[in-house]
Amino acid sequence: MTEPLLRLDRINTFYGAVQAHFDLSLEVGRGRIVCLLGGNASGKSTTMKVILGLVSPRSGTVTLDGAEISGLPTHRIIRAGVGSVPEARRIFPLMTVRENLTMGAYVRSDRRAIAEDLARMLELFPRVAERLDQRAGTLSGGEQQMVAMARALMGRPRLICMDEPTMGLSPLFVDRVLELIAEINRQGVTIFMVEQNANLALQIAHEGYVLQTGRIVLQGSAALLRDDPRIREAYLGGPIAA
Amino acid sequence: MSSFIDYTVNGLVIGNIYALLAVGLALIFGVSNLINFAHGSVYTIGAYIGWAAITFLHTPLPVTMAIVFVACALVGMAIERIGLRPLQGSARIAPLLATIGISFVLDQVVQLVFSASPRALPNDLPDWRIDIGGGSIGALDLLIAGVGVGAAALLFVFLRFTKLGFAVRATAQDREAALQMGVNVNAVNSTVFAIASALGGISGLLVGMYYNHIDPAMSFQATLKGIVAQVIGGVGNVPGAIVGSLLLGLIESYGIALLGTTYRNLFAFVLLILFLIWMPNGLFGGRSAPQSEPLTGAFIAPSKPLRLPRWALWAMTGAAFALPLVFGAPYLLQTLTNAWLAAMLALSLTLMAGTAGQISFGHAGLLAIGAYASALLTVDLNAPTWLTIPAAGLITSALGTLLIFPAFRLRGHTIAIATLAIGEVVSLVILNWESLTRGAMGVTGIPPLSIFGHEIYAPREVYWLCLAIVVALALVQTRLLTSHFGRTLRAIRDDDVAARSYGIRLDRYKALAFAFGGFGAGVSGAITAHLYSYINHQTFDSQVSLLALTMVILGGMGNVVGAILGAIVLAGLPELFRLTAEYRILIYGIVLLLLIRFRPQGLMGTL
Repeated sequence: MTEPLLRLDRINTFYGAVQAHFDLSLEVGRGRIVCLLGGNASGKSTTMKVILGLVSPRSGTVTLDGAEISGLPTHRIIRAGVGSVPEARRIFPLMTVRENLTMGAYVRSDRRAIAEDLARMLELFPRVAERLDQRAGTLSGGEQQMVAMARALMGRPRLICMDEPTMGLSPLFVDRVLELIAEINRQGVTIFMVEQNANLALQIAHEGYVLQTGRIVLQGSAALLRDDPRIREAYLGGPIAA
Repeated sequence: MSSFIDYTVNGLVIGNIYALLAVGLALIFGVSNLINFAHGSVYTIGAYIGWAAITFLHTPLPVTMAIVFVACALVGMAIERIGLRPLQGSARIAPLLATIGISFVLDQVVQLVFSASPRALPNDLPDWRIDIGGGSIGALDLLIAGVGVGAAALLFVFLRFTKLGFAVRATAQDREAALQMGVNVNAVNSTVFAIASALGGISGLLVGMYYNHIDPAMSFQATLKGIVAQVIGGVGNVPGAIVGSLLLGLIESYGIALLGTTYRNLFAFVLLILFLIWMPNGLFGGRSAPQSEPLTGAFIAPSKPLRLPRWALWAMTGAAFALPLVFGAPYLLQTLTNAWLAAMLALSLTLMAGTAGQISFGHAGLLAIGAYASALLTVDLNAPTWLTIPAAGLITSALGTLLIFPAFRLRGHTIAIATLAIGEVVSLVILNWESLTRGAMGVTGIPPLSIFGHEIYAPREVYWLCLAIVVALALVQTRLLTSHFGRTLRAIRDDDVAARSYGIRLDRYKALAFAFGGFGAGVSGAITAHLYSYINHQTFDSQVSLLALTMVILGGMGNVVGAILGAIVLAGLPELFRLTAEYRILIYGIVLLLLIRFRPQGLMGTL
């Protein structure tokens, strides 16, 4: 077995006295789309923060391509090849779309390649191209999501972490965003996404994990999870829900 | 006509100096959401480093400016490292208080190194002047304008076109998102403090050259002017800070032309208050200005308050009453009397800031109102002090509540700025309302305390009187806190939205708290006036306000016993160790810094 691109090994995280993760372990294989599913307060977003170094776990390790990244400050983790599409997008509202994309390439210094990537992004995200010199804060939620994805890609990451990429989007945009995630993955970027909406995430993911109050309760291939009755249970709190 | 042009030139020159300060404050506010109260200290340091370079090393101007630039940049980085970085993740007001502590320390260090007396700051510029339309412009005017415009242009290029400039802007807009782009946010903060402080230092050097005068006390006013300029332009807005500064400079200059120099600062602060109330986002903030989260509940570190058993408190109170019978030394009794007077102020502030969550940086203004009320009533109307002191309490209660009322609806940093400004306005009104207050002369010949014809003169009797008042106020306040009223105040502090949704009328409760607190502060000021027999507009300055805040934080916000303890420790102990005034302020600053960093809940814990 080869080393996965991202591995979380027995992570325990605390907020004060409250434990958010209990021996959390998971793996993201190279070139895969892996989703982490869970309801409110399950510890999903905290998992993302642990990977990005925004929260330090009390014990356990995070490794990227075999090298430990837990304990590094966030900017070093990003430099190591991790891109982030944060929850609620978090684009820079007063910057133009172009400036946002430039910020995405902050860790790089190869100017010509950055310009090429910018052109590539505009092809991939035509909606973004139309708005290039507009202030990003004036864009719609769906457009902002695309800016956030393009921005993360501009760093040429090996792994992109996406925190609830479909949250708050209109149904039309949800499908478009999912297609784009699959497309980005086909171009060779490994994707780890956190989602509340299991049905959506499992449409494009290869593997999935289900997190419940800080523990992995279910894991497996997306095909298996899609058919698992416990998925519903894990979400809606009981088998009654249809 | 000629004078009009001269006043315009003067206004623009001063405006440029303010701009160098305000731009730095705006940059710092942008990346760290912090109003840096130590900014004026850096400005003073810049002036003194320039003075030292010129006087001892005989450096030519460009070299002097380079030295000031580099040295102040380093000071700025140190402020960021000490005042800001260790406090990430603590209450939002913590770094703000830390910068106040740092400014105490820096100002006193300057004073200890260079002495408190003002110095002349010569410059080697040629002294030709160009005549234009009846007015004239000198070489120094042109230099200041050039530095101002040059700095603005460089800053623009830096922010717009450099990678680090991008990182600064990104951090200002969304710190966490910037982190996730790989920006080393700490390095960005450090850079911004360096740039801002370098500009601030240059500003101090230029202002020293302009007036040919520097002194260690110039720091606080500089911070305030920078803040005013920023509020006019929109807090955190760099171009806004420049326009706001020029406007402020012009308004001050024309105002002085019309009314005289003592009105200079009054214009600034009245303008500040008007903007905070009617246009809190400034001229350029617009609607998109980021909403700062409420700063109510200011500095309530979660903690278990230390509860002393009731008998212990009564035993200590009894011991305090018995003390003069055992130790009669007047010096000791006077020192402790000062502590009791400070305790009245601290009780008032702890109710406001701790229990009601309405932090006040201008509490000394209440002392001043009480002091003047009682002093003028006795001197002008020959009223007896046993009547004027309670009357002063009531007047302070009413006036203070009226003054603070417009600030109740303010949020976040603006509360801190507004209360600070209100304190300054009180002092400036006293300075300028000569027919009532005797202006800069102050009130002399204030009679001593007396009850029904019996003069209270002996240190022992004054001691007992003040102690009795403190105990009475403390008992009433304790009773209030356990009542429905106290619970409501704490509810407002902890979550004003939730409190409102339960039908609580915030303003009414805050006003009641302020009215009660104002009474105690007014009485304290009134007694002080009779003890000093002379007061003027500077007797109760902003340093007193900040000292009171330090006492309250030391004791534990909202904690009645803590407030008294804080007053005893900070007003009493330095006196007992016979420290000189400079060292005392230095110690206050250090105490404040250590508390914020290591024990934000204070000695007795917050309630």
